[in-house]
Amino acid sequence: MSDERDTPLSMRGAGRMFRELGRKLAQGEAGPLLVLLMVAAIWTFFQFQNDRFLSPGNLTNLMLQQSAVATISIGIVLILLLGEIDLSVGAVSGFCASVMAVLIVNNHLPPALAALAALVLGAAVGLFNGFMVTRFRIPSFVVTLAGSLTLVGLQLYVLGETGTINLADSFVTRLTSTFFPPLIGWAVAVLAILLTLAFALTGRARRARAGLAVGPLWSLLVGVGVIGAAFLALVAVVNQDRGLPLVVVIVFGLALAFAYVTERTRFGRHMFAVGGNAEAARRAGIKIDHVRLMVFVLGSTLAAAGGVLAASRLTAVNQSSGGSDLLLMAIAGPVIAGTSLFGGRGTVWSAILGAVVIGSIANGMDLLSYSSSVKFIVTGAVLITAVTIESVTRMRRRGTIE
Amino acid sequence: MTPAPDGPSATGTTSYLLSLKGVSKAFGANQALSGVDFEVGAGEVVALVGDNGAGKSTLVKAIAGVQLCDEGTIYFNGQVVKISSPQDATALGIATVYQDLALCDNLDVVANLYLGRELFAKGAARGAFFLDETAMEQSSLKLLQSLAVTTIKDVREPVGSLSGGQRQAVAIARSLLGEPSVVLLDEPTAALGVSQTEQVLGLIHELRKRGLGVVIISHNLENVFAVADRIVVLRLGRRSATFDVRGVSREDVVSAITGAEFGLGASIRKESA
Repeated sequence: MSDERDTPLSMRGAGRMFRELGRKLAQGEAGPLLVLLMVAAIWTFFQFQNDRFLSPGNLTNLMLQQSAVATISIGIVLILLLGEIDLSVGAVSGFCASVMAVLIVNNHLPPALAALAALVLGAAVGLFNGFMVTRFRIPSFVVTLAGSLTLVGLQLYVLGETGTINLADSFVTRLTSTFFPPLIGWAVAVLAILLTLAFALTGRARRARAGLAVGPLWSLLVGVGVIGAAFLALVAVVNQDRGLPLVVVIVFGLALAFAYVTERTRFGRHMFAVGGNAEAARRAGIKIDHVRLMVFVLGSTLAAAGGVLAASRLTAVNQSSGGSDLLLMAIAGPVIAGTSLFGGRGTVWSAILGAVVIGSIANGMDLLSYSSSVKFIVTGAVLITAVTIESVTRMRRRGTIE
Repeated sequence: MTPAPDGPSATGTTSYLLSLKGVSKAFGANQALSGVDFEVGAGEVVALVGDNGAGKSTLVKAIAGVQLCDEGTIYFNGQVVKISSPQDATALGIATVYQDLALCDNLDVVANLYLGRELFAKGAARGAFFLDETAMEQSSLKLLQSLAVTTIKDVREPVGSLSGGQRQAVAIARSLLGEPSVVLLDEPTAALGVSQTEQVLGLIHELRKRGLGVVIISHNLENVFAVADRIVVLRLGRRSATFDVRGVSREDVVSAITGAEFGLGASIRKESA
């Protein structure tokens, strides 16, 4: 409290920080740290097996490969925060991308407009799912499972007999094939660092002015320093290859926007409340069905956006777009990175981190030319391990309550 | 059966913050409440006691607007009012803290206090729906301080990691943010340890000091005697007795609750005279 701001603040602050860190690790709230350790282990392992793994070219490929999954995962995080599930995101991404391709190639719509139409279509699917869940109290599991089947059928229908539509056009394919020149990459990194610093400092100053406890300045600077170093390292790596990919900026921007929505706005606060204790949220006057409906809309819209990015990367849409393991990877990623399946706990960043973990495993195994069978087995093992850790820490957290 | 208690006038509607006259409620053939009067004044703690099924919850639900009563009149500040929804009760200034507390364990103390009434930042940040965490934390600290809640060290701690007494304190503090004049507490000390119970009782004293009318439902007579000014006993849907805590023994209250013959002492005879 306020009197703790007085003299030996930085010392006490450091001690408290470490104790806090220990508690968070034990109770599973230090998700990002654990995941970063996991990423480090995976990267070290593959780098020893094949020294091309950490090459700029391969890391850039990793980013391009995972941009679609990461985007879909952001939507999954929003839905998991409510304690709901959406099993239709894979099918939504494939169907919306198919409709976009049909509009571009068969109906000669401007590509940007067709991409927008895909997003609107995604939103409409989400509205339907949300309506079924809130109006008829059908579990989201069932609604979205049924929706998924329907959408796969619709995708086959709109793709027609050939089953594949190639996208030769520029706008959509450029989303994942545009790279910024080195100088712009550096500028973006520096701008991001300055904004992070400014945001952290003004927030701290506001708290200090209000007489609230603030952490020591050095810990803030260390935090910004670590993030800044990560930005610079990223740009340094991609600049050795083709440059900063546009799609990385897009995905990062989406994550930033939704991190803001979930953590800094009233709507985000209400999402956490509904996921934590829906009855308490209802009694506090929160319109919980509106929140649910809105989140299903956002989740499906992001799934459609992921579908557009996947189509861009493939420069085509086919019958298996949005199929295969896309849905499972999109859900497994955030869960591996610490977002709870039971609602109320998690961050948007877990979507990015999870996509990196899963992408690294898949990419590394491809480099070592393992078969898909091994890939699936290993990814499954990582998922079950991560979920077990989450569950154990959750039980420990419960233990502190009762 | 239940004439005006030790209130100053025959009607008693003007001097009390909240009073109910002749409240009845039936669930099918089961008469949960029959012609019950109830009242609480400013700066007064009234304990509502009775055996299971005596009608305590039904009465509180009627006041909280959760469940409407079949008959009876409710006066608030001497005016006849109609409470037909929880929102009506809140608008009048009646806050209810239910036994399950309705807290979100995953959110911190500040977020729980301001749940559903979050503050926005001013100016340009308002356009971005930016929550004013600083202002909320500041006034949360002030609120807890004013209630002499010293056990919550960190208001950024998730509520799930707080003790039962601290959670109760958060729930009570939250009910005060709407600036109510009457607070209903449902079993505030149930399932709490000794020191935690002390904290909560201290909090109730604090509410009285603020001039609020406090109604507590409790099975724990020890706590009732420690904190209440008046004890209203319900038995089988009727108000069977009213006691001033000074000059009444636990035995008298227990016999009023159970309806035991031997306990019909002076205070009860006085009432039904």
